Amino acid sequence: MVEDREAEEAGGGETMASAVALAARHSPRPSVRAWRRFQRNRPALVSLGFLLLLAGFIVLWPWLSPFSESSMSNAQFQPPDGRHWCGTDIHGRDVLTRMAYGARISLLVGAVGAGVSLLIGVTWGAVAGYVGGRWDALLMRCVDILYALPSVVFVIVLIATLEGLLKSWLTRVAGTNFASSARLLFLFAGLGAVSWLTMARIVRGQVLSLRHRAFVEASRALGASHARILWHHILPNVWGVVIVYLTLTVPSVILYESFLSYLGLGIQPPMASWGSLIAEGAAQLNPIRMYWWLIVCPATMLVTTLLALNFLGDGLRDALDPRAGA
Amino acid sequence: MYFLKRAIFLLPLLLLISALAFALVRVAPGGPFDKEREPSTPDIERNLKAKYHLDEPLWQQYLRYLGGLARGDFGPSLKYRSHTVNDIIAQGLPVSLILGLLAFGFAQGVGIPLGFYTAVRKGEWGDWVGSFLAILAVCVPGFVVGPLLVMVFAIHLGWLPVALWESPLHAVLPTLALGLYFSGRVARLMREGMLSTLHEGFITTARAKGLSEPAILIKHAFRLAVLPVVSYAGPLLADLLTGSFVIENIFRIPGIGVFLVNSTQNRDYPMIVGLVLLYAVLLLVLNLLVDLSYSVLDRRVKHG
Repeated sequence: MVEDREAEEAGGGETMASAVALAARHSPRPSVRAWRRFQRNRPALVSLGFLLLLAGFIVLWPWLSPFSESSMSNAQFQPPDGRHWCGTDIHGRDVLTRMAYGARISLLVGAVGAGVSLLIGVTWGAVAGYVGGRWDALLMRCVDILYALPSVVFVIVLIATLEGLLKSWLTRVAGTNFASSARLLFLFAGLGAVSWLTMARIVRGQVLSLRHRAFVEASRALGASHARILWHHILPNVWGVVIVYLTLTVPSVILYESFLSYLGLGIQPPMASWGSLIAEGAAQLNPIRMYWWLIVCPATMLVTTLLALNFLGDGLRDALDPRAGA
Repeated sequence: MYFLKRAIFLLPLLLLISALAFALVRVAPGGPFDKEREPSTPDIERNLKAKYHLDEPLWQQYLRYLGGLARGDFGPSLKYRSHTVNDIIAQGLPVSLILGLLAFGFAQGVGIPLGFYTAVRKGEWGDWVGSFLAILAVCVPGFVVGPLLVMVFAIHLGWLPVALWESPLHAVLPTLALGLYFSGRVARLMREGMLSTLHEGFITTARAKGLSEPAILIKHAFRLAVLPVVSYAGPLLADLLTGSFVIENIFRIPGIGVFLVNSTQNRDYPMIVGLVLLYAVLLLVLNLLVDLSYSVLDRRVKHG
């Protein structure tokens, strides 16, 4: 691949220039080219298919399953069989059903973390790196301050001070069913508050190294506006690292949720998330008896989903790479 | 010049952080003496509050705290009342520092070569296997890796101690449990940095000049490719050096990580603010060093 492109590029000045002119006339819009490149990426397509299947499973399983999320039974610690495909846990609950419910929380948490770090983190870092000077200092010191206040402290204080208020408000506005989601909202707020900070730092680092490149100076000399330079010239070169870091943010946020739940600050049983299921399984780890399915099943689901997300991310990254060929 | 300015700014920034932390922990309801063993009478509680100056207005308490800080005194712990915060930090921090440095070394030592390798072998089997391992490391939390490592290496094979912090051998499993996750992250970032650098014009130039492939990859590409990893290294190191709640809990390591969570739940005000400041100093200094290294690694970066 790389060698081919080199050979083209080394093809001499004049042919090169005419080729560029020709390409400019005939080549489709960047977004169309990106879509075509994406379609040729087999692993990314397979991953996309898997994630769609997973979404279907999460939506449909609660109807199809003969078990409910919280119904306990005497069948404790059943290994996987035809009835309980992923076995049962300490209270005789069906692990697969809990996984389907847990997926909602975990994926929601992951999506919130990724969304916040994409919207706030990228904008914040890009503006700081591009504008530079005093604004850069101000924006990045804000990041430092938020970073320095440990998120655990932040979440504990948030929950301790505001949970009662929000709960009564939710009960008044939306009924008692929604009161239990107050905790969830704080979880999102706490995770959202911290998930974008590293993204901002990484994007700023990349933009700092891009803003004095020749192609940026060239478009500035041509009179392009700052917004245009940032959006059309600098950010396309940053998407790669942004996507990769997003695919890292999702697992870290999902696991951070389970850490908070482990401290009693996140979701509470019988609600479940993948992280809390894995944590419950880890609590049953002992050298005498192995309840392996309690860890292996939710962990396999988490790992497969994240693998799919990563391959999807890699596919997007290659598709959006401004320097890739048609 | 830019860095001198940044360095001078560290102090007011720390003041601001200490004030925010000081105010933040007071906002939470409850107090440090809620969980006393005996139900304390109002008299006892009043006396305790008076002893620790908690009955004064908040700004007065803050000034008193700053006065202590100026003398290097973090104040008394309200939970472990026979100890000062200085004592607890002095006992726990060295342990957490060693463990954190080991885990950081492990994460970078495994992550950077793995990321480098998977980027160079992009689309081949080596990339698939390496990327799979990196993602696997990112997906499995410390509270699973820790017990698993203990079961395999300490209990079944009996090669390494189960827990505690006594000999160098005791450090092996906690280092692995703490470092594996971060090595996966570093590997992913390194791979991405390398991939985007290999498209750069100067790499093509270097190839055209006939430089050998290792020379191109290591001398020219690596410097730039490592930028995302460097950006991440500042916060990562600050995190690792101030201890890990989960790992210290699993391996019963007398570090500083468990105190942050516990003191927040106990409302041990001086302890929380002291630990936040410790973390903040590390973080700010490390981030300053990271920014300094940008212009060393990539000469096109101009500050100011």
